[in-house]
Amino acid sequence: MNSLMGFFGRIGAATRGETADIGASARLFVQLFLRSGTALRRFRLTSDQVFFLGNRSLSIIGVSGLFVGFVLALQGYYTLQRYGSAEAVGLLVALSLVRELGPVVTALLFAGRAGTSLTAEIGLMKAGEQLTAMEMMAVDPVRRVLAPRFLGGIIAMPLLAAVFSAVGIIGGWLVAVPLIGIDAGAFWSQMQGGVDVWADVGNGFIKSLVFGITVTFVALLQGWTCKPTPEGVSQATTRTVVVSSLAVLGLDFMLTAMMFSI
Amino acid sequence: MENSKHDAWVGFFVLLGAAALLFLALKAGNLLTMNFDSTYQVQARFDNIGGLKPHAAVKSAGVVVGRVESIVFDDKIFQARVTINLYKNVAFPKDSTAKILTAGLLGEQYIGLEPGADEKNLAAGDLIKSTQSAVVLENLIGQFLNNKAAEMGTSNAAPAGAPNAGASKP
Repeated sequence: MNSLMGFFGRIGAATRGETADIGASARLFVQLFLRSGTALRRFRLTSDQVFFLGNRSLSIIGVSGLFVGFVLALQGYYTLQRYGSAEAVGLLVALSLVRELGPVVTALLFAGRAGTSLTAEIGLMKAGEQLTAMEMMAVDPVRRVLAPRFLGGIIAMPLLAAVFSAVGIIGGWLVAVPLIGIDAGAFWSQMQGGVDVWADVGNGFIKSLVFGITVTFVALLQGWTCKPTPEGVSQATTRTVVVSSLAVLGLDFMLTAMMFSI
Repeated sequence: MENSKHDAWVGFFVLLGAAALLFLALKAGNLLTMNFDSTYQVQARFDNIGGLKPHAAVKSAGVVVGRVESIVFDDKIFQARVTINLYKNVAFPKDSTAKILTAGLLGEQYIGLEPGADEKNLAAGDLIKSTQSAVVLENLIGQFLNNKAAEMGTSNAAPAGAPNAGASKP
């Protein structure tokens, strides 16, 4: 009897703990928006974060985009040439980059490159009791520390995704036109005929915005709620990558189903 | 102003992102071909539009002269009503013919406009009266089979009928 009660008790405690966690993260999410006034007024705080999250990620995003474009063009060419439509490789590269690979791969790289550093930074501030010290001085850490990073991530991520897609298309062009020898005019005109500005480029932009919010929020939440020990910070950093990658992939499926299935 | 170097780099980053978006919209997308030509609308009715889609090209002599705006089914006449945006700088006679054609064997379908000989030109809101529907592969095959069957029927009837007639006659 006692063990049965203990079993129910554990289920109850786990449910309550999960619910409390979800509630706390939802409250932090809302607070990040409500208390972003300081980050907007003192925009220097935010622009510094754009520098750390965006500029510093440019090299990895650019190089990855270039190589993803190379590979897409090569693989697409081998399949398309069987059907005698090798010129459509431009369309293939552009559509896959703008709709899917640009936002998703950028978000995954962004989680690894920028999300981890956010989590580690906030976690170490917490472990070093800097956040508590700020509260003691009546400085709200959510306003001063979290909100500028949140805004910076939201600004940086769509721009990075756009750079990724653009560089990828240039990479695809480099392989398709000078290397394989596809006609340049057909390459661009097929692309322009098939890519719609609002349906494809616009929806890809919305996707990257959503992923930016997701990844930055997960990173900040993990840092904010981590155990203030070296182990806690390292676990939180790992969780940032795992959780934000899975969230991005799941959200991508839902967004794609909503945007492109109709 | 210790941060002024950062500011320049952030500005560079934001401009680069904006340039990338612009590149995607202009070079990869169809913003230029879509919005900057002023158009006038005409309508056409087809018995069958096949696989025609909105935004499909309207071509004359192979040159794009407009786009399909919308396709709706009209249950008064049981035909498809296709609204076409023609570019302002091209004019067509009132009795022009609209045909639904296919680019290549597996390609996209588009509307081919063949100019007529009328003195007056199509104006906004006009209806293109003479149209030709899309070719439906099943109908084409059905027609071909029917013709073949009819051919076989007539050619079989003669040899098959002759021995019978010969056998029954004596």
